Amino acid sequence: MKLVVVSAGLSVPSSTRLLGDRLAKATAGRVAADVEVVELRELAVEIAHNFTNGFPGRKLSAAIDAVTGADGLIVVTPVFSASYSGLFKSFFDVIDPEALVGKPVLIAATGGSARHSLVLEHALRPLFAYLRAVVVPTAVYAASEDWGAEGLDGRIERAAGELAGLMAGLSGAKPAVEEDLHVVPFEEQLAALRSAG
Amino acid sequence: MQFGIFSVGDVTADPTTGRTPTERERIKAMVAIALKAEEVGLDVFATGEHHNPPFVPSSPTTMLGYIAARTERLVLSTSTTLITTNDPVKIAEDFAMLQHLADGRMDLMMGRGNTGPVYPWFGQDIRQGINLAIENYALLRRLWREDVVDWEGKFRTPLQGFTSTPRPLDGVPPFVWHGSIRSPEIAEQAAYYGDGFFHNNIFWPADHTKRMVELYRARYAHYGHGTPEQAIVGLGGQVFMRRNSQDAVREFRPYFDNAPVYGHGPSLEDFTDQTPLTVGSPQQVIEKTLSFREYAGDYQRQLFLMDHAGLPLKTVLEQIDMLGEEVVPVLRKEFAVGRPANVPDAPTHQSLLAAAAQGVSVE
Repeated sequence: MKLVVVSAGLSVPSSTRLLGDRLAKATAGRVAADVEVVELRELAVEIAHNFTNGFPGRKLSAAIDAVTGADGLIVVTPVFSASYSGLFKSFFDVIDPEALVGKPVLIAATGGSARHSLVLEHALRPLFAYLRAVVVPTAVYAASEDWGAEGLDGRIERAAGELAGLMAGLSGAKPAVEEDLHVVPFEEQLAALRSAG
Repeated sequence: MQFGIFSVGDVTADPTTGRTPTERERIKAMVAIALKAEEVGLDVFATGEHHNPPFVPSSPTTMLGYIAARTERLVLSTSTTLITTNDPVKIAEDFAMLQHLADGRMDLMMGRGNTGPVYPWFGQDIRQGINLAIENYALLRRLWREDVVDWEGKFRTPLQGFTSTPRPLDGVPPFVWHGSIRSPEIAEQAAYYGDGFFHNNIFWPADHTKRMVELYRARYAHYGHGTPEQAIVGLGGQVFMRRNSQDAVREFRPYFDNAPVYGHGPSLEDFTDQTPLTVGSPQQVIEKTLSFREYAGDYQRQLFLMDHAGLPLKTVLEQIDMLGEEVVPVLRKEFAVGRPANVPDAPTHQSLLAAAAQGVSVE
């Protein structure tokens, strides 16, 4: 199976990326999965151009394919101005809104203090609910202080267990990725209009 | 194979001078461009249809009728005619009138339009865009093919005993293309009727164009109109040329950087790398255009966008001179190489008339 981490961290090294890596390691320890990391920082310019051009550049296109083709997703954003970062949102804005339907997703965020931890519940969870992804119950927030305190490990393990369970459980039901354009036969389209008229 | 020009008809300030042409100047410039296209041996001129500033061509058949009177050979077309928000009855009438005036030198391309407010301005609902395209076009076909039409549908008032006049020239309805960038439903519609499919690929990477054209070709064959290779395909293109490619890049860059649609976005270099836009020497334009065949197959119509983004008329006319004198003659020769004998040319009034006379179905 394939597990993809989307990290919207901006600094190098980044605690957002660090959290993503920890979550990926814990998940891959429970379910056999190849891990791929998508660093949105490297795609920032192509994401902006996608808005002005209408189509993704090559690197962004490869990242979108990785995300939409994954068996499970771990998405991690820093908290900016009481929400996910604009770059994080922009990446999901350029993906087809149907592309993540039914996909197991673990949501996570980092911040300077624990005061913003509910961002996961009031911003990220509704976003992925809209995209009709299957979001695991445990969302993982890491404030600066959590990197030196007890508790983060336990939340990572719990969330990873939930994601691994979903990935294993849903893998049999996963629809095939559509490589070809889908058409409804034209007679059916015409007939639908006639019956509605 | 046909080569031509298609114009969006945008009124855009020249970014190098800050000057914006008047609407009259822009309309007259479009006519001058069409006349130049005929003069240099191109085959087709197509105008867009828009109902909002900064665009002038709201009334395509008026413009095309005027151009028809001043040309001898040029095929007049549209890019596109809004099948969603125009009354199909008026399309049937307007284009049949144009067909008579132009002695058959015309066809038209259906499109849904990409400007949301046009739908409510014309009393329609954008959420019904595909369904409007399907129902309206089905009616349009009947209006051209049946002398008396009784009709009832979802979107328009019913017709009882209606005859659209004038009847199509020689009893042969105009050939129709369907333009779509990303809707498989429209490729399917074109295939179903055996009509042409135009992919305006100018802002899109090749792999996307390839998928849409392949879908159309496969469905064209599915509906029994011929082999996939015999389907009628048109593509867009966008070029700016100077003898020396560095001069072309230097001169075009301010227009690119400030252009509507892609201005203030990607770099000229990225955009030329990923889309059909070619800024360089005539030889580079030839090479890029020939490469379209690698992913679209042998096709029938190549239209170039030459006159947007505030380029002055004088420059545009120079560009069309180069296109007609240096590029298209080579393209005609090279596209003919290896082209299977059973791949047809784009239908014209004469070819459709001949087919009808032989009793061959052109549906």
